[in-house]
Order: sequence, then structure tokens, then C-alpha cells
Amino acid sequence: MAEAVEAVDSVVDKQPVIEVQNAIKRYGVGDASIFALNGVSLSIEAGEYVAIMGPSGSGKSTLMNIIGALDIMTSGKYFLDGIEISSMDENHLAIVRGRKIGFIFQSFNLIPRTSALANVELPMAYQGVKPKERRERAMVALDVVGLGDRVNHEPTELSGGQQQRVAVARALATRPALLLADEPTGALDSKSTGDLLDLFDQINAAGRTVVVITHELDVAHRAKRIIRMRDGKIVGDEINKERVA
Amino acid sequence: MSVFEIIRFAFRGLFINRLRTALTTLGIMIGVASVIILLAVGNGSSKAIQSSLDRLGTNSLQVRSGGGGFGFRARASANTQKPLTILDTVALTDKTQAPDIKQVAPIASTNGTCVVGTNTSTPSTFYGTWPSYYEASNTSIQSGSYFTNDDVTQARRVALIGQTTATALFGTASPIGQTMRCSGIQFTVIGLTAVKGSSGFQDGDSLVLIPITTMENTITGNQPLTDILVEATKSTTATAAQTELTAILDARHGITGRKTADFSVFNQASLLSTASSSSQTFTTLLGMVAAISLLVGGIGITNIMLVTVIERTREIGIRKAIGAPKSAILTQFLIEATILSLLGGILGVIAGFVGSHFTIYGTKPVIVPASVFLAFGVSILIGVFFGGYPASRAASLRPIEALRYE
Repeated sequence: MAEAVEAVDSVVDKQPVIEVQNAIKRYGVGDASIFALNGVSLSIEAGEYVAIMGPSGSGKSTLMNIIGALDIMTSGKYFLDGIEISSMDENHLAIVRGRKIGFIFQSFNLIPRTSALANVELPMAYQGVKPKERRERAMVALDVVGLGDRVNHEPTELSGGQQQRVAVARALATRPALLLADEPTGALDSKSTGDLLDLFDQINAAGRTVVVITHELDVAHRAKRIIRMRDGKIVGDEINKERVA
Repeated sequence: MSVFEIIRFAFRGLFINRLRTALTTLGIMIGVASVIILLAVGNGSSKAIQSSLDRLGTNSLQVRSGGGGFGFRARASANTQKPLTILDTVALTDKTQAPDIKQVAPIASTNGTCVVGTNTSTPSTFYGTWPSYYEASNTSIQSGSYFTNDDVTQARRVALIGQTTATALFGTASPIGQTMRCSGIQFTVIGLTAVKGSSGFQDGDSLVLIPITTMENTITGNQPLTDILVEATKSTTATAAQTELTAILDARHGITGRKTADFSVFNQASLLSTASSSSQTFTTLLGMVAAISLLVGGIGITNIMLVTVIERTREIGIRKAIGAPKSAILTQFLIEATILSLLGGILGVIAGFVGSHFTIYGTKPVIVPASVFLAFGVSILIGVFFGGYPASRAASLRPIEALRYE
């Protein structure tokens, strides 16, 4: 399986994948405004496995949206894989998302009534990958997540765990610089959760940068570095000694 | 991301939502088809009126006994009125007094039944007249020959018959040279008139024409004329001809004012303009109904497109999150809208053409070419514009907003 992960892998640079400088995200104006992010600075190197933890309202989801280029911040700078994207418009952000980031969402976010294979192929289609190569890469990615025999199933014909693995395959197939997971186990049972976290371990072992946003302790403890957030600020950033010898 | 790829996405999007696609297409189809068919019906009926009036001849005038129509007044003054006679007819041929009258034909009409063996037929038109009638009434011969002035002076027992009468009496056999008995008198059929078609409620081919002298001598006796058919030199001189013939007949009948007139004149040209203006109104009305149905179809498309985009906001969010640029989303939805309206438009045009082949309430629809382009064009325009607007709104959403949408 590890060889298969390497097969879909690309060369990973040793510069910071994520460089966030003094990120501020404010909702509303004047006295009524709320700081979802209040001066967050963060640097994540290539090949790291990072968990971002915190209770609801701590700003971790906002941070994830900013890191994922899904949302823009009020002020601050953000470099993704060496490219400053805090000043980009929505159209360029879409391209950056497609090429640099593989998303895994709590609610899977697969396209309904569309086969697993077509779902995995979709981001590559938007990148302009040729159909033949796209199909091969999608098949490999689905093999990696253990769904090689279910490529023609639609999301409704798959279990939650399987759907999430399709989402992982979709994220992996584009060979992103960063795998970004937002509460990936939130909708899964404990067996599926275990399988998914094993998969993350393998992906990280193959050299891929993985960032997981979670409020579950056992999920966070599988990461090699844990960042804790509260009230829009980073309150803890430590190496997970259980995982890093 | 090639355009071909986006078109594939659009087709897949439509295929996945088959029912919605089918219903939207149906809506557009009905709108387009109804515009084409309704306008074709309006056009067809006005064409029918036009052609039946053309058959009557626009430059013909009809003089009839009785003042101001066939109503009360004519009958009330019956004791003082003078009938129309052959002499009146001859007076109208005076070229110096009536330079705009080309020719004149007397009409004596009767009701009678014609018999051949066991076959009988009661012609709706049974006229005694003379040869200038043919041209004045647009009657032509399909086979055989006309009766001549000589036949009239000799009061020969010859007849021209129409297609309906011929079929009723002789079946498929040629009637030329055959004999028939009408009102008890034996006639030799010498000519079969060309098909006239029906004008209004009367079958123009249920027809027997005989020399007027023969009719007076054998059937009706010395009865006054029913009508005098007058043909003006041109359709533009019909009104002048009417003035001239009125003056001549006034003098002959001793009429001093229109109130005491014992005859009335019907001008086909004025009838034509009345009829064509009423058919114009009819067409306009149908056109409005059609336009409304196209508008409703258009609102239907708009509604479906709005719902489609709203329903798929989340999907749009997912697509944007995994790297779809705005242009790809917009193009996909625009192509979906275009395919829908194109498909509906084409099917509507086909349905319109097919529907126009049927006779609707006795009217043979005649397609107005402009209505096809108009209906098709409007449906595409509506589809693209009202499909494009919600699509562009959705494509502009930040992915995070679109993803949050449930």
C-alpha cells in the first residue's frame, strides 16, 4: 500500500507549505464586530502531520477556510507552497485550490448521483489532465484507499467510511502539496475512523503534508504536531511526543 | 479544462436530472409549438377568407331586388317596387352611361331537384343566366364546353353542372353528353365546371347553370330576376361602377332618393375589406394568446433554472472547492440552459409543423415563417438569459458560502 501511495506522490520541497503571518478575520463592523481570527501566525513545513485543535468558536474552522483558500482574511499574509495567495482573486484561488490542496470535509462533499470514479476524476478534469491519464490516476488513488472494486458506485451506494475514502482518493489524485481535512471523522463510526486515520498515517509516511482540523482528542493524537486554538488565537503548539521519537 | 469537457458535464448534469430536464423541455416545447400553431391557424383562416372572396371576384357587384337589404323595409314596400328585369340588365351594358362596367349577367334562380336514374341531387345553386356570367363570377370549365349566346337565344335545354352535382348524379363517369331531368325538364350536360370549393356555408360545386331563356320558358315562367351580376372593368373601378349602375337603375325605376330604392347593390370589394380586417383581428388575438403562452413558458424556464441553481448551490461549492474556476461553472450552467431551450425549441418547432398539418376547427393552418423564427429565437433567448443570470450569481459565490448552503 505504501508503494501505491508513492505512485501518486510527487516531489515534495522542503520549504514551508503553509506560512500564515498575523492573520485577522473579522466578522461585522464597529463595536459589534467579532474577531474569528485575532492575529494568528503559523508555519507548517512540507511533510508534517499537524492537528489543529480547539473547541467550537475557537476559530479553527475559520483558519481551515483561510488555509484552504476557501475564504479570504481581513488582514495578514498567507503563502501557500511559496505563493502569496492573500491578494489573489477568486478565480486564481480556484486554480490554487485545485492544484495545491486536497480537501477532506466532514460531510464528504461528493457530487451526488455521480460515480466514485467520476468524483475522483473531477478535480483533474478542471486542471485539464487528459482523460486517459486522469482515469489511471483516479483508479490508482481509489486502489490506495481500498475502493478499487467500487469505482462505479454512486455516493448513496457507499457507506460513510467508504464515501470519506472516495473523498481522500479525490484529494490524493491531484497530487496536492497539502492534504487538508476538516473534522474528517465527525460523521464516521469508530471502525471507519480508525481506518481513515491509518490511511492518513500512510499518506504522511509517503511524504505528504497533512493538516487535520478536529476537536476529538484521539484524532489529534495521531498527528505529529498539535496546535491548540482558543478565541481566535493559537494557545499551544507542541510536538506530539507519542508519535515523534 | 476544455469546452468539450464542460459540454460533457452539462449533458451529464441534464441526464442525471432526467425528469426535470424532460419537464422543462416540454414547457418550452408547448410554448413554441402553440405560437407556431395558433399563428398558423389565424393565418390559415384569413387565407381561406381571402381565397373564397377571390373566387367571387373583387371587381364584381351584385344588384338585388329590394331596398337596403333583404329585411323588413324591402317587403314593406313590395307593392310599389319594380322587379329587376332583363331590360334592366341590358340597360347596364350601355357603355356611355356606364363606362366602368365591363359586363353584366342576369341571374334567375330556382329550386329544383335533378334526377338521373335513381340518383338525385338538389343543387344549392340552380341559375338561369347567359354567357357573360362565367367571367363575372369566375366560373370556368374543367371539361366539356360552355353554353353560348346561341344556346340562350334558342333556349336550348343544355346545362353546366358543378363537381358535387356531377358526382351525385353520375358517380365517377363523365357527365358530358349525358342527360338529366331537373324540375321535370330534360337537359343535356355539356360542361363540368372547375372546382370552386365552399365559400362559407355554401358548397360552390353544388351547381347547375342553364340558359336563362330555357329556365323562363320551361321552369319558372316570366319571373323577375333574383340578381344582376355586374363586373367592373377593374377592382379599383368597382365603386365608380356602383355609382353608374345605381344612377341607371334609379332612372329606370323612378327612384328619387335612397330611402325609396327598390334594389340594393352589394360590393364585393367592401365585403373583402371587412372580412380581411376581421380576420386580421382574429390573427392578432391568436397571436396574443400565443405570445402569452410563450411568456408563461419563458417564466417556466426561468423558474426551473433558478431552482436548479439553488438546488445545486452546494454542488457548485464542491466544484469550486476542488478547483473549478468561475468560468467553468458558468459555462456548464449556460450550456445546460442552452441545450434545454434548444431541445425544447426544436421539439416545439417539430410539434408546430406536425400540428399545423391537421385541420383545426375547419381551418387549414398555414405556417407563418416568421413565427417559427420568432418562437424559436425567443425561447433560446429566454433560456440563455434566465438560465445565465442565476448561474452567474452562483458561480460568483465564495466556495465557503456555497458549501454552507443546505
